[in-house]
Amino acid sequence: MRFAILADIHANRQALDSCLAHLGGQRIDRIIFLGDMLGYGADPHWVLDQMRGHIARGMADALLGNHEEAVLSAKPSGMNTAAEAAIAWQRSRLAEDERAFIASLPMMIAHEGVEFVHADPAAPARWTYVTDAEVAAQSLKGAKAAITFCGHVHRPALYAANGNGKAIAFRPPANEPVPLLASRRWLAVLGAVGQPRDGNAAACYGILDTATAECTWQRVAYDVEAAAAAIRAAGLPDSLATRLMRGE
Amino acid sequence: MEKLGPGSVIDGFTLGPLLHRGGMASLYEVTHPNWPDLPMLMKLPKLSSGEDPAAIVSFEMELMIMPRLTGPHVPRCIATKGFEATPYIVMERIEGASLLPLLKQLPLPIEQVAEIGHGAAEALDDLHRQHVVHLDIKPSNILRRANGAVVLADFGLAHHAKLPDLMQEEFRLPYGTAPYMAPEQVMGVRGDPRSDIFALGVLLYFFTTGERPFGDPQSLRGLKRRIWRDPAPPIALRPDCPAWLQEIILRCLEVAPARRYPNAAQLAFDLTHQDQVALTARAAKRQRDGWAAVLRRRFNPEAQPVFRLPSAAQRQQSQAPIIAVAIDLHEAESGMAQNLRDAVRRILPSLPGARLACLHVQKTSLIGLDEDTDKAGRNLHALAIAGLKHWAQPLGLPEESTTFHVLEAVSVASAILEYAAENRVDHILLAARPPSARRRWLGSVSAEVAEKTECSVTVVRPRRAARDST
Repeated sequence: MRFAILADIHANRQALDSCLAHLGGQRIDRIIFLGDMLGYGADPHWVLDQMRGHIARGMADALLGNHEEAVLSAKPSGMNTAAEAAIAWQRSRLAEDERAFIASLPMMIAHEGVEFVHADPAAPARWTYVTDAEVAAQSLKGAKAAITFCGHVHRPALYAANGNGKAIAFRPPANEPVPLLASRRWLAVLGAVGQPRDGNAAACYGILDTATAECTWQRVAYDVEAAAAAIRAAGLPDSLATRLMRGE
Repeated sequence: MEKLGPGSVIDGFTLGPLLHRGGMASLYEVTHPNWPDLPMLMKLPKLSSGEDPAAIVSFEMELMIMPRLTGPHVPRCIATKGFEATPYIVMERIEGASLLPLLKQLPLPIEQVAEIGHGAAEALDDLHRQHVVHLDIKPSNILRRANGAVVLADFGLAHHAKLPDLMQEEFRLPYGTAPYMAPEQVMGVRGDPRSDIFALGVLLYFFTTGERPFGDPQSLRGLKRRIWRDPAPPIALRPDCPAWLQEIILRCLEVAPARRYPNAAQLAFDLTHQDQVALTARAAKRQRDGWAAVLRRRFNPEAQPVFRLPSAAQRQQSQAPIIAVAIDLHEAESGMAQNLRDAVRRILPSLPGARLACLHVQKTSLIGLDEDTDKAGRNLHALAIAGLKHWAQPLGLPEESTTFHVLEAVSVASAILEYAAENRVDHILLAARPPSARRRWLGSVSAEVAEKTECSVTVVRPRRAARDST
């Protein structure tokens, strides 16, 4: 089975649109929306409509991310000012059915022995950032499956643990399948669809082929200027627009 | 798990005789009805506890790397199975022998050393272009097909730039084969293609002199000695070692990777253009460095080399392309030659480490030459070399990265094409006249070269004068 895994869309309509168009040509059987569909961007309704459409057709699953949790909560999120501004802006605009949909999302899901989670398989609700091999080793100890996918960090990475629990870090190349050997435990950290932070402005999503046990970190160029313009037009902080242009 | 042996069947492969039992894996001959005519072997890793823990990791690396390799210089990978079942790799069995039996005949004739080195360097260049560094180049891992083509075997220690490196951080001690390991590999840096150039240099030294340049140390301390202690120059052990070969070997054995050949294609180039190897102090060296220099290298902290994986910019440099520029000496005084020189002047600064091969094609008739015309031919050849040097002189190119070649051929385009293919040329530059009715009738050299070569081609034309608008 071939999965397309989309993490950290962050209400970026242009990025999601380009990724959906790209994955249309990839013989994808199922889409996993890996959390953080909201926050930062200017098009939360369009993004939620797309997701709900795919889920309604039985072709997709979606998970809860920390930005969804923040939108649902009445309390301040503790995020930085710009992020908080976008959360508040989206919170005030969500319809009741949209809130109900978000509130129904699970923290984790599994398909064919592969686990999907937004941040950290060892403690999904703690929203830990898996940023290096040491953190990844702890995450992998808590993971149930041999292969786990997460997002949250916005920078592509792959961690492999051996039998002793020690993890090595690898920076996966763009657009080339990486084999995930059965002899290891793997934590694949996807890049972001809607707000890449690895210096490459192109959207990133994952393709997992369970038949070959290969994962691809796919990069997709999208209309960054339009996404940035939408953020400015919505009156959101300018920094959220400029960081998209630089991929940071 | 049941005991595997001759007669066992795994996924349709029937095991034949055991070919080799090594420290990390066993090799069996296998057959399969789907590949009736292909000699194949199956590699089975040693899995039992108490075996070298590197056996499993190196097998994992081969499982990932082997199916991704292509071309004549690697064994064709037929099938793999991971650790979800009985793990194995089935690959083409190379009928020819490795270089190992040659160790009994050392030292080898100089021409044989050069020929072996050239074949191995070409195979390495092919491997490096597939993002793989072998990291265990030694006689037993270099095989030769019946037609002489070199095949590299055993990717258990290899590094693939686009795959996770499971060997990294796994072991306290560096893995490799003691006599052949590059200094940076000893210090734990995996992934620099120039480490393979060092190992090939060790092999060439060994085959030339009959002695290993750094012995066969058994401790980490002994391995590190090669960082500060230089080997005896080959000529000290073998007085008839030509200067060009000593230059090549000692350049491969430089401690700092940046001082070695930037890539294996350039090493292969030197091994086939022996008379054009630029000789430096390396070629003139007659004995090992004095103790003062050695002690300084060993104990002065500022002299300690720091090994790092090449940065993206340095990797760009390791591409160090071979550029061939085809000069028509009959037009040496024309604007075409000048335009071509200007193009080279513009392009070279953007290609660090590049080497330039200046070509002139001397047209010959199909009729065989008698002795007199042969003499005249040799004279023409020398004149053409002089002409090429004269053309290049204003460019002020460094001697060690520029060579001059006169090709004799009936067809100019075929001569250039053949030269480019044989020497792994990355980029051809040549000048073309403005289109004219005559050229359309005769066909143009530049068009034929651009159409038929596999490398990049730049066709240089004069800038067009502005036309009158009517």
